[in-house]
Formats: sequence, structure tokens, C-alpha cells
Amino acid sequence: MSGSADHLLSLAEAERARLRTPLHDQLVERLYEEAGRIAARALDRSGEARRFQFDLLLDRILTSRILGLPAMAALFGGAFWLTIAGANIPSALLTSLLVDHGAALLHRAADAVHAPAWLQGLGIDGVYLAVAWVVSVMLPPMAIFFPIFTLLEDFGYLPRVAFNLDRTFRWAGAHGKQSLTMMMGYGCNAAGVVAARIIDSPRERLIAILTNNFSICNGRWPTLILISTIFVGASAPPAAASLAAALTVVTVAVLGIVVTLLVSAFLSRTLLRGTPSVFSLELPPYRPPRVWQTIYTSVIDRTLIVLWRAVQMAAPAGAVIWLISNVEVAHRSLAHWMALGLDPIGALIGLNGIILLAYVVAIPANEIVIPTILMLTLNAARSKLAQKGVMLELDDTATRHVLIHYGGWTLLTGVNLMLFSLLHNPCSTTIMTIWRETRSRKWTWLATLLPLALGFGVCFLTATAARTFGWAPR
Amino acid sequence: MRLRRGSGDGDSGCQSCPMAGSAAVHRPGLSIEGCDYVVALAGNPNTGKSTVFNALTGLRQHVGNWPGKTVVRAEGAFRIDGKKFRIVDLPGAYSLLSNSSDEEVARDFILFGRPDVTVVVVDATTMERNLNLALQVLEITDRAVVAVNLMDEAERKGIRVDTRALGRDLGAPVVPMAARSGLGLPELRAAILGVASGTIQCRIHPAPDLGAEVEASLARLTEAVLAEYPGLPNARWVALRLLEGDPSVVREARNGTLGDGLHGHVVDEPAAAPTGAS
Repeated sequence: MSGSADHLLSLAEAERARLRTPLHDQLVERLYEEAGRIAARALDRSGEARRFQFDLLLDRILTSRILGLPAMAALFGGAFWLTIAGANIPSALLTSLLVDHGAALLHRAADAVHAPAWLQGLGIDGVYLAVAWVVSVMLPPMAIFFPIFTLLEDFGYLPRVAFNLDRTFRWAGAHGKQSLTMMMGYGCNAAGVVAARIIDSPRERLIAILTNNFSICNGRWPTLILISTIFVGASAPPAAASLAAALTVVTVAVLGIVVTLLVSAFLSRTLLRGTPSVFSLELPPYRPPRVWQTIYTSVIDRTLIVLWRAVQMAAPAGAVIWLISNVEVAHRSLAHWMALGLDPIGALIGLNGIILLAYVVAIPANEIVIPTILMLTLNAARSKLAQKGVMLELDDTATRHVLIHYGGWTLLTGVNLMLFSLLHNPCSTTIMTIWRETRSRKWTWLATLLPLALGFGVCFLTATAARTFGWAPR
Repeated sequence: MRLRRGSGDGDSGCQSCPMAGSAAVHRPGLSIEGCDYVVALAGNPNTGKSTVFNALTGLRQHVGNWPGKTVVRAEGAFRIDGKKFRIVDLPGAYSLLSNSSDEEVARDFILFGRPDVTVVVVDATTMERNLNLALQVLEITDRAVVAVNLMDEAERKGIRVDTRALGRDLGAPVVPMAARSGLGLPELRAAILGVASGTIQCRIHPAPDLGAEVEASLARLTEAVLAEYPGLPNARWVALRLLEGDPSVVREARNGTLGDGLHGHVVDEPAAAPTGAS
């Protein structure tokens, strides 16, 4: 086959040598001429003069060298502020409905049919509560944030972000399109990893894949939003609480971009050396977003799908949490032993054993980190207080109360949890996707362990600094 | 690896085709069970292809991809007058003469996948550039529909499009659309059905006259291509690329993958995770 292919190619070369004019240029020229001629006949551009003003003006601001980045921070900051300010009340409502009343109702019903205690525990305190928490913690922020984000996307803003960040990515030795895969990562890292296919050079694609985890995904936004609300927001004056929380979330997201760039720069100067390739990106015109359609599709396609995935993960995780909290070995629950074992490492990096255990349980989905932490902390507290079966109201204030009083959390724990949420291993779906895309054990391991190592490193530094300067108890 | 299939003329869909069910013949990368026609959706990036795709298919879409290829494509199904259509949303491409891998995916499907209808979506506001692709497609197939999308945007910008003149010049049905608001959708459906069933015939766009000398070279080369790849669709197009030394076609000829990249099954992705950007 290859022999005859060679024959074909040499024949082509011989025929090409006969031609006097360069055929390619001739063909392209004809094509352009004809397209121009046909367009000229079909188009009437006489009314065109007054257009463009608005688009141009907007682009002058949104993609300006000076104003572009502040405008971006302001837009995303505004989106988070709306999310945080707006999600508070429905979240509290859902918690009260699903977690407090729902669980109590189920327990009464189970008592009525004389269901055994272990079954009630596994089913209601385990599976049901985990699901109820995931729903009440995640649904309101997602139902607000996704439509806003989709509206920005619909409007045509996201490619401008790529444009703004292009030069920085080139500095980092990465492909400019990586800013787009990074954007995809804000939805879901697995999707971001797949999206890296738009990058042709294998070197730059690998950089995009390895760093995608530093884009905070759907599963992690709620963690950040909740922790920033109850730790940062609560320590600010009430009027500025939502704003302070929103700024905190933006700071962590920006930190994620900084880490993405630094790690990209590191990789492109060490393991994946090379020069960035050139590409062109077309900025689409601004389009008035279709508000109702956007809200509908982002609620149906994004919010509910993500929520469903979280629920599917939360249900078995809830059972596991209940089991490890209730199966006792040597008078202590398994969870207690595990948390105890992880505590020294956790303490070293300003977290605690329960948080690390939660991250192990939550490998299948980041969405369940917060519910897992809450349930493990509560279970530990309950055994401490011998209050098994007593439900605690868990609005933001109560959550803060539980974490601080029963979990022994400080501001440092909150800050480091947010940092660790940004910097830790990808979820198992993303790891599988990285394997599928790279077919390389080496890169899959690196993509998994690199962020984890960074997380431990950064959290250790902040913890040490905070303790040295006396900001946090030793 | 040869790509052969039934004529697909008139009302003879895949099922009535004598080759239906033969294991040797399968639509590359597509499950064609129970479908009457295959539609390819092509166009420059950002012309609203996916909007047209969604409008045609409703929400019944799933994301598939080509094994070994680099870009996700979407597939869906819809019915017009009881006929079942499968539609493939190809990655955006500026031209059939290009070298980026996502554009190659689009090019290979249009050239060698032999869709029953190729819908070229063009942006009414940047018509000159968009027509390059439309003209290239019309050079290789007489089964095409040109959807002039974003008519609303053009109107807002003060650009008027004479779609009838465009249709005359292109020799193919031209449908003005504003897919975002569903405008022109019934007309597009009718045009797709008409071209698929043969009631609408495109005028084959005359390939540019290259002069006797070039044509002679081209004829010899086409013959050699067909000897190497019997039954390869659009052998003349391939020969022309070899003659001008198109790097990607030369590469595919060298490693024997010409007309490949379409084979294998569609890999189903888990419900394409929520995305941040489009």
C-alpha cells in the first residue's frame, strides 16, 4: 500500500513540476474573487454606516489593556455577590424544610412502622440527610449563578476573557486557547479536559489538561460560597457581609488563574518545553441574551444535571458516612479512628482530620465535601455530647456554630479549606477523563498528585505563617 | 476501508437501499439504523450552527466524538414529514483547504462521509468570508442547502441580504434564518427534505476552468487516485489537492489514511458535563 502511495505522490510531484503557475494561489484567489463578487451582488450595505458604535465602545472597555481585567473582576465579582446575597434565604428555607422537618418527619414515620434503629440511621441519618444537605447547599447558589454565567456567555463576553488573558498565557508558554478550556473548567473540569482538544499542539494540550483542575468547578463553587459566607462574611459588618464573601470567592478564583499560569509556565520551562503556537480567535459580536430561554436551559441543562450528579454521589456517600460513624471498633467509631489518624497531618496544614477524611470520601464528587464535613463533625460532636438522634438546625449561623464549637474551627481552618478546595486532586470523573485523553499513566498521575502536593504545600505555609504571627492558635 | 454506499436517490432511503444491512457498508462513525437521510451541518465558527442544530433536533441530542479525532461533534435526529434524519454538527471551519485538526474533521466528513444533504450555515453579517466555504462545498456536492443565519443581526447593522440573488448565483436553495428566534426553520426543513428526496436539485457549481494543461494533469492524477482508492468519493478534489501539494492531503495519502478518520463507532460521552463556555 505504501509503495503505491509513494507512486501516487511522486506522480503528483511530477505533474506539479509541469505546471508553470503556482496552482494553490491561483485557486484561492479565484475562490475569494468569486465569493466577493457574489456577496457584492447579494448584499446592500448602504444602511450600514450607523452600526457598530455600541459594539466598538463596549470592546474598547471590556478588552482594553487597562480596564479589561478590572472590568472582568467587577463582572464576576458582581455575579458572585448576587449569588451569595440571593442564595442565603432560599438555602436556609430548604435546609429547614428538608433537613430539619424532613428528617424529623421521616423518623416519625419510621418509628410508626417500627423500623429498626440501624435502618433508620442508615436510611435517614445517612442517605437522606446527605442528599438533603447537598440539595439545600447547592441548589440555590447554582440556580442563581449558572443563569448569570450563561447570560454572560450568551452575550458574547467569554471570548473577550480569552482575549484579555491571551498575552498572559503566551507568557506562560501556553496556548491562548487555554483560557477557553479554563473557562470550560469553571463549569466542570472533565469538560475542560475534553475541551483541550481544541488545542492542536500536543505539548500545549497537555499543559491545558494538567492545569484545568485549577479552575474551580461547579462542585467547588458551593464550598467556597458557603465557607466564605460563614467565616469571612460573618466577621464583616452585616451590611458588607455578602460583598466581603463575594470578594473572597473572587480572590480564590483569581488565585486559581495565577496558579494555572505559574504551573503552566513551570511545565513549559521544564517537562513540556517549547514555544507557544500562534492562533487566531474571532471575537463574536455582542448579542442581546435571550433571558428566559437562558434561564430555562441553564436551570434544566446545568443546574439539574449537576444537582442530580451530586445527589447520585451523595446517597452512597451518606451511607458510607453513617456506617463509618456508627461502626465501632474498640469503643470508638471508624470515622473517629480515621479522623484521629489523619489529624496530625490535618493540623500541620491548618485543617483537621475530618476535613481530610471528607476529601477522601468525596473523591467521586467535590459537591459532597461540605455535607460530608458537616455530617462527620456533627456525628463526632453527637458522640461527644451523647446526643445521638438530636437534629441541629443548620442555617448559616448554626453551621458556623457547629464548625467552630464542635469542630474546633478557626478563621485559619476556613481560609485553608478554601485554598485546599482550589488545590487538591481532581475528582475521579476528571481523573478518568485525563486518562482517556492522554492514555498515559505518567500524565494522569502527575495531574492527580501535582495539585494535591501544591495544596499541602500552600496550606502548610499559610498555617505556619498564621501561627508564627499569632493569627491562629498553635 | 472503502467508502461505498447506495445511491440514496429519490425516496430510496437507507433501508430500501440494496446494500442496507450489509456489514461491509456502514456510514462512517454514525449509527444509521432506521434513518432515511444523513445531514451534515457545516459552517464557519460562530455562525450559529449549534443553534440551528438545536432548533432542528429539539433537545434530543447527545455528544459523540470520533475515535482518535480531536474535537467533539454532536449528533442528533429529527423527522420531516415522517422521514427520519440524522444530523451531524461539524466543528466550525473556514475552508476545506485548511490544516487545523478540527477543520479536517469537518472536511473529511463532507468529502468522504457523503451526507445526503450538507447544510452550510453562513453568517449574514460576514457574508464574503463565509461564502468561501459555501462555494467550496458546492463544488463537490449538488446536495446542499445554504442557510443564511443571523439575518436579524444583519438587519440591525443595516445590511440587507438579497437571498434570491444569492440563490441564483450559488445554484442552491438559500434559506434566510434567524435561528435564535426560530425564524426560517420551517423553510429550512422544507429545503432539507426537498434536497434529500431529490425534488430540489442544486445546479452543480462549475468547477473553475483551470486551462487545458492543468486539466490534463488533473485527469491523470484523478485516475491514479482512483486506482489507489477505488470508489473514493471526490477523487478529483483529492487529485487537485495533491497537484497543488496540500500538506494535510499529502500526509493522508502518504500514510494511507485518506478518507479515513470516519471509521469506527461513535463514542458516547457521559451527558456532556455542564460547560462554562460555548
